[in-house]
Amino acid sequence: MTLGTARYQSRLRTGRDGFLQLLHAEWTKFRTVRGWVVGTLVAALVMVGVGLLVAAGSHSSCGGPCAVIPLGPDGEAVDDTFYFAHQPLQGDGSITVRITSLTSLVTYPPDHPHDIVSRVVPWAKAGVIVKESTRQGSAYAAVAVTGSHGVRMQYNYTQDTAGSPGPVSAASPRWLRLTRSGDWLTGYDSADGTHWAKIGTAHLAGLPATVQVGLFVASPADVHVTPGIAGGTTEHLTQSTAEFDNVSFQGEGSSGTWTGDNVGGPPPGGPALPLGGGFNESDGRFTVSGAGDIAPFLTGGRTIGRTLTGTFAALIVVIVVGTMFITAEYRRGMIRTTLTAGPRRGRVLAAKAIVIGSVTFVAALAAAAITIPIVVSALRANGWYIFPATSLTELRVVAGTAALLAVAAVLALAVGTVLRSSAAAVTTVIVAIVLPYILATASPLPEGASEWLLRLTPAAAFAVQQSLPQYPQVNAAYTVWNGFYPLPPWAGFGVLCAYTALALGVAAYLLRRRDA
Amino acid sequence: MRQALHAEWTKLRTVPSTGWLLLACIALTVALSIVVAAAVICPSSGCELDPAKVSLSGIVLGQAVVVILAVLAMSGEYSSGMIRVTLAAMPRRITVLAAKAAVLTGAVLAAGSIAVLASVLAGQLILPGHGLSLSLADEPVLRAAAGSVLYLGLIALLSLGVAAAVRDGAVAIGVVLSLLYLFPVVAQVVTDPDWQQRLQRIGPMTAGLAIQATIGLRSLPISPWAGLGVLAAWRWQP
Repeated sequence: MTLGTARYQSRLRTGRDGFLQLLHAEWTKFRTVRGWVVGTLVAALVMVGVGLLVAAGSHSSCGGPCAVIPLGPDGEAVDDTFYFAHQPLQGDGSITVRITSLTSLVTYPPDHPHDIVSRVVPWAKAGVIVKESTRQGSAYAAVAVTGSHGVRMQYNYTQDTAGSPGPVSAASPRWLRLTRSGDWLTGYDSADGTHWAKIGTAHLAGLPATVQVGLFVASPADVHVTPGIAGGTTEHLTQSTAEFDNVSFQGEGSSGTWTGDNVGGPPPGGPALPLGGGFNESDGRFTVSGAGDIAPFLTGGRTIGRTLTGTFAALIVVIVVGTMFITAEYRRGMIRTTLTAGPRRGRVLAAKAIVIGSVTFVAALAAAAITIPIVVSALRANGWYIFPATSLTELRVVAGTAALLAVAAVLALAVGTVLRSSAAAVTTVIVAIVLPYILATASPLPEGASEWLLRLTPAAAFAVQQSLPQYPQVNAAYTVWNGFYPLPPWAGFGVLCAYTALALGVAAYLLRRRDA
Repeated sequence: MRQALHAEWTKLRTVPSTGWLLLACIALTVALSIVVAAAVICPSSGCELDPAKVSLSGIVLGQAVVVILAVLAMSGEYSSGMIRVTLAAMPRRITVLAAKAAVLTGAVLAAGSIAVLASVLAGQLILPGHGLSLSLADEPVLRAAAGSVLYLGLIALLSLGVAAAVRDGAVAIGVVLSLLYLFPVVAQVVTDPDWQQRLQRIGPMTAGLAIQATIGLRSLPISPWAGLGVLAAWRWQP
């Protein structure tokens, strides 16, 4: 300085080491390795291919034209079969009844395979209902006594509110009341007919002036799930009978006579299985029998999530590519160049994770978006009923599947960084995600253990593909086969993200601490 | 051939991961078998569970470790360049491959025997408390146990063959695990019984593990897959 010479300054522009440059470098690496690009395309193709294979190998079991599944007021598939003793009601009004008994028959349950036995059906329902019409899928609100869940107020198939608990008997009868005021219906229950408690209010938008009001009995099938690859679901038909008295009807339009209808046609059964619904009245006492259920229809078709079985095949390919994105650098010694150029190792790992995650997400998003409509139409052609799904749900299934594959690729990258050996890393990640799913669905493990596997392991992420909600008030086979998972969609995905975050943390720590 | 065997044995023995992987195979197999055996419940009214299959459930996990071991035995040579030395010393490539296969299968069979024996003995102790009975003295149980050991050996051969064909370790593992794990997943979703049976018959895991059944017997269709492993090896070039 004291000599007064000019300070030397290179004319070359200083190389930037920003994060964008790192991203660009990693993207160039990915783009120029043919195997990785081909692998990502293969992942997208196998997703479609496996979906088509599954569709080709699946024909619906209903011979001839399948029954049309009615849709409820909100567009969801519904089951709407029950026995209905009804009269018309014009404008506002109410109906009040007393129920003194509810008994049920179960046909050929597993412990008595040759008999029809009398036992409690937990969600058998008997009570009063206000329904738009006797058309299946029309709007309704009902207050009912159930087999073992107390009094409930239910409306429009999916809504359920608890009233007073406990079973009904001659010694402890239940009084039920349902009041219509415009589009609003209010349900009440009482133990003695004088002290009434309000259960809830239902808003049935667009309810016509004349509706059908009356007594109903529904009796859903008794569902049993056996675990394992040879397992499955068995449904045992049931029938319930209820006794009503003190029936009082207020309002206009009543003809004074009751009409009995099997809503949804005669119940299944036949001469050997006398499940016919019906009612008879004597001295103001009504005995009503019925089968079927008023509830969302949840099993017996395919959900859009189940068209994405190819996710498993794509997952394996994506894991291989994700692992090699880092292990190949170790094998070729490229990692030393990479870390010399970008000495801040945590950022190098972050850039790699972003590149592999984004590329996988885009490829998987396109694959899932194409697979669903193709496989849905192939399944429909094979006679399958496809559950309707809102576009929001479909978007969540598609984006969730893409995110699942993207996060799995990042997990593979992290595990590859930790283990450095492709063989060990690929196996670890595949075993961690796919094996719990296989154990949960195709092993002798009991239902409880299987559910925990799908809560605690990375396989929980497949919950993003669930497209039908679970309802506590509906006894259905909530199995993975039917597209149901024990965790809510994003919570399940969160489990995979948590494992990935943990693995990335360990990878970043080790990458900094170890020699390359 | 004796020299080839000796060379391959030395290689396998001196790679530190071999011992760990064989130990891991035993530990994981036995651990999962114990967990499944402890979790199953058979009500007094009877159930359709196969006690031998239950006590050998851990094989589905243990086989993954065998796949790593077998793939590494092959792809490790390629990634380190050792394969050129090996083939320079022993130009008869089929001999090298046969020696590798023999040594590897021997090691896997030894570890597999320990894993299977321990699993069955654990099942014999645990299962009676859950309403199932199992005895190694029964001939079908003995066949299930011996078959499971053989199954692990065949998985090693299949993995070695695939690794020889594709050379890259990660890809080889991906291919083998796809073959093993995808068939049961897809077979579940397919509903037509003949498709389901076809998939389970050609899937190496579902077909191979049929040997574990002691009720509702089926034949062992794994041999085509061992054949495939050997077939793949024919494409083996440095």
